[in-house]
Amino acid sequence: MIKAVMVINTQGKPRLAKFYDFLTVDKQQELIRSVFGVLCSRAENVSNFMEADSIFGPDSRLVYKHYATLYFVFVFDTCENELAVLDLIQETLDKCFRNVCELDIVFNYSKLHTILDEIVFGGQVLETSSAEIMKAVEEISKLEASSNSITLVPKTVSGWRNR
Amino acid sequence: MASPSLMDTLFQRTLDDIIKGLRHQQAGESAFISKVVEEIRREIKSTDLHTKSIALQKLTYLNSIYFIDMSWAAFHAIECISSPNFSHKKVGYLAISMSFNESTSVILLITNQLRKDLKSNNEFEVSLALDCLSRIGTADLCRDLTPEVFTLLSSSKVFVRKKAIGVVLRVFGKYPDAVRVCFKRLVECLDGTDPQIVSAVVGVFCELASKDPRSYLPLAPEFYRILVDSRNNWVLIKVLKIFAKLAPLEPRLAKRVVEPICEHMRRTGAKSLMFECIRTVVTSFTDYESAVKLSVAKIRDFLVDDDPNLKYLGLHALSIIAPNHLWAVLENKEVVIKSLSDDDPNVKLESLRLVVAMVSESNVVEICRVLVNYSLKSDPEFCNEILGSILSKCCQNVYEIIVDFDWYVSLLGEMSRIPHCQKGEEIENQLIDIGMRVKDVRPELVRVGRDLLIDPALLGNSFLHRILSAAAWVCGEYVEFSRKPVELVEALLQPRTSLLPPSIRTVYIQSAFKILIFCLHSYLLQRENIADDMASEMLGLKSQGECSGSSALVAGKAPARQEQDEGFNPRDSNKSYEDLSIINEGDVSALLEKGFTHESIVNLLNLIELALGPLSGSPDVEVQERSKNVLGFVDLIKQEISNGFVSERASKIIDMVHDAFTEELGPVSVNAQEKVPIPDGLMLKESLADLDAICGNVQLPSSISFSMGSPFGESVGASVSIPQSKEESEPSSESTSLLAEHRKRHGLYYLPSEKNETLANDYPPANDPKSSDNTNDDAQDLVKLADKSLLPKRRSNHAKPRPVVVKLDEGDVVPFIAKKSDTRDDLLSDAVRDILLGVEKPDLGNPSSRRSKHRSHGKEKSRKSPEKKNSDEIGDGEKEKQKSRHRHGRHKTKQRAEGPLNVAAQTPVIPDFLL
Repeated sequence: MIKAVMVINTQGKPRLAKFYDFLTVDKQQELIRSVFGVLCSRAENVSNFMEADSIFGPDSRLVYKHYATLYFVFVFDTCENELAVLDLIQETLDKCFRNVCELDIVFNYSKLHTILDEIVFGGQVLETSSAEIMKAVEEISKLEASSNSITLVPKTVSGWRNR
Repeated sequence: MASPSLMDTLFQRTLDDIIKGLRHQQAGESAFISKVVEEIRREIKSTDLHTKSIALQKLTYLNSIYFIDMSWAAFHAIECISSPNFSHKKVGYLAISMSFNESTSVILLITNQLRKDLKSNNEFEVSLALDCLSRIGTADLCRDLTPEVFTLLSSSKVFVRKKAIGVVLRVFGKYPDAVRVCFKRLVECLDGTDPQIVSAVVGVFCELASKDPRSYLPLAPEFYRILVDSRNNWVLIKVLKIFAKLAPLEPRLAKRVVEPICEHMRRTGAKSLMFECIRTVVTSFTDYESAVKLSVAKIRDFLVDDDPNLKYLGLHALSIIAPNHLWAVLENKEVVIKSLSDDDPNVKLESLRLVVAMVSESNVVEICRVLVNYSLKSDPEFCNEILGSILSKCCQNVYEIIVDFDWYVSLLGEMSRIPHCQKGEEIENQLIDIGMRVKDVRPELVRVGRDLLIDPALLGNSFLHRILSAAAWVCGEYVEFSRKPVELVEALLQPRTSLLPPSIRTVYIQSAFKILIFCLHSYLLQRENIADDMASEMLGLKSQGECSGSSALVAGKAPARQEQDEGFNPRDSNKSYEDLSIINEGDVSALLEKGFTHESIVNLLNLIELALGPLSGSPDVEVQERSKNVLGFVDLIKQEISNGFVSERASKIIDMVHDAFTEELGPVSVNAQEKVPIPDGLMLKESLADLDAICGNVQLPSSISFSMGSPFGESVGASVSIPQSKEESEPSSESTSLLAEHRKRHGLYYLPSEKNETLANDYPPANDPKSSDNTNDDAQDLVKLADKSLLPKRRSNHAKPRPVVVKLDEGDVVPFIAKKSDTRDDLLSDAVRDILLGVEKPDLGNPSSRRSKHRSHGKEKSRKSPEKKNSDEIGDGEKEKQKSRHRHGRHKTKQRAEGPLNVAAQTPVIPDFLL
């Protein structure tokens, strides 16, 4: 079971946080802070795993991958394989976010959630093929766009300016 | 708040606007956010769903990134999901899945909307609803929506079906009765040909089996087929995890499964699958020698890999197998030991575990020596890891591996002096525990205790206070083994003891009292002896002096005795600190009795009076009371022994107190407290929460680890924990770790660490182990050591026989309390068993039943050719089966759900294929 997925930047700011068991915002903030506290103390070129028992309870493990200014973090229990989850980050996520920088992540918050929801469903990894994921994500985006275009007048300030 | 105006609706800021806005805020971020939240609160009340959904989207964003509470917007989220517009729905569902929980009051209102969306023709709407249910499903929701989920389990769209399978896990967990409806269809999905479906369903079974493997034993044939046929690594990993749980329950199953697992190991190039195979073998198939050998060979590949991940996992696998197959560790000892100095903290830690696993009775001394030396060069965190693992290894099974306790006690003393040592509590416990259990080690224990007490520098290190407390207690309790009791009293009352927290000062005071009693008692005995045989004593001394040249033994003894006599003069005690080590083992008690003169006793009394005088006004009750007691006693004795005469009364009092103190204390079973019957009317379970409020920040000391049998209850203080000192020394773990981190990076700009500062204050550092330490490369040291002593050879004769260690019949270790499983889990396993086992009976009577057909089919298969299955045949069978299932499925499960439960079939049916 995946317990949480986080994207944290190198300054400790969360860019995405999904916890698959309900947690209060205070608890979430605390967990993210302690995860970052450990991550930032780790050197480069060391293993991508961490025993996270002290943060997430017994038998928790954490896999992370450091890309430029971001840490991608998966927290899970004994029902997942460490290397498989690492592959999931390195291959599947990498393909879904090809050449993505922190700014893209910041501005594509909703899309990020859509992608992640296609991979992890209620804490279970349901899809590992990036092709399948992106196919679904594109269709969902299309559906969103078409449902939004029904509103004729763009109501946002930026929309107003762009006309 | 005012309702949203047209302006709000027209000029509403989007999520992008907010994100941009936040990026431009350098300092006033929180002000900006509260302004935005204010806006959102207004906009979200809009009747226009578009405005509402944008407001909700912004709030969701702020909730997940800036941790703004959004529970107040629950109802608005429900309004959004009821919109026919897909993007509104999506925003609403995201908000719900992130913020709803069991205690959300409006959660019941979404049942109908979820049902509607689950039945939608649009697969993406179904997906949204399923995702939501998988995140927030409560027992009620799961119960009400089970029929819809059941229908979706046979959806023609893979995209929907895989998510329906995923949601089953939540539904089963919250509403176990759903098993009776959905389980069969779930099992049928195992036979599916679509890899996505198989992956999803195997994932669900992996989760289910991890909680209660036994219930899923009957499904072993299905899993076996997947294990043999599947080439999807993700699926194989999950199936392996299932077998890791099932195999220990059924040996025949393990026998069947072990070969396919080895086959995967030989075949696969994927490291993830390889590691899972290794892990499965080393956890659940340790009896299969060839499989273990193969996995150890594969572990070796991991160990020598450059990838730190593989190296770490290799070490991790070794530490799983170490208890059963230590040879695997010994075979790889070079790598293991070299990894101790790896850069990667994970690798270091695993390697430490393995090195400790290799410790045995024959090599404990050498390995501990090297580890302690290594800890001196490590960073504080790892240093304490090393010390902690030495301590826990050595005290295993009541110090099972320790033969030479003198060595171990002095090691404890040495560990206490390691600059980074923070294992005070553990060392304290062990010092006292060993003192009580092992009689023979007490002289050494007192010597180690004395060395710790006498060093003024140690008092400045708050991490050591608990160890000092143990040292003080040991020296007081076993003072009869001390060569210079007066010196101990001086150490216990030295000025720097003011640095100790009150709870430990009380131990110091009490120990000083015990030693005083001992001195007075010895003095009395000595006076009696002197009175009895004054003349013969004189003669003896003379003759000793005369024949000192002829008898080497006596010659050795006589100067020592002289030195000793000097040593007991308090004024000269400083001079003789160093001499202790050269003094021969002699008749200690005989020497002692010589030592006390009337003058030295009076000096001792004066010293105590001087040191404790100021403490009688201490704000700490315990310190005050104990010092007043001692002072009162000293006062009394002083009056009674004036002019070298000891009154009858004084000697009686001294005798009585001495008798009280000499009573032996033994270890106490951890179960002892439980055995005490609870008196009537004592409310142990009464809530003391109110007390917390009253006591405020007063922290209660943690449990007393030893209960003392002495009638004066004098030694309790020795083991009482010291909340204050802890509080002082560890202000807060988070801030200290951050601080430590900063210090590590910018060490240049820091003053020398606090510890050194206090040490350097007015005393020279206690001992600087680094300087005395050999500069050899420790890794090499260890490797050398590995060659010598890690081999499991045993030295046949020890220098000393192992002393008697007092063991209790029971209660030496905290009893393992079996975790009681959740009642919900029990319900779930019962339901699953009913379906898997109970269903056999009615089905067997019905020849047209799918279940029995499937069973007999399986039987034939395994009889014909269990190893190489004809894939065509299976494929055909599959299609046929699937067809028939679709026809029968719904009808039959309904029957089961309505029909009476078959409770009779409780004994597990062993699948045929195993035979």
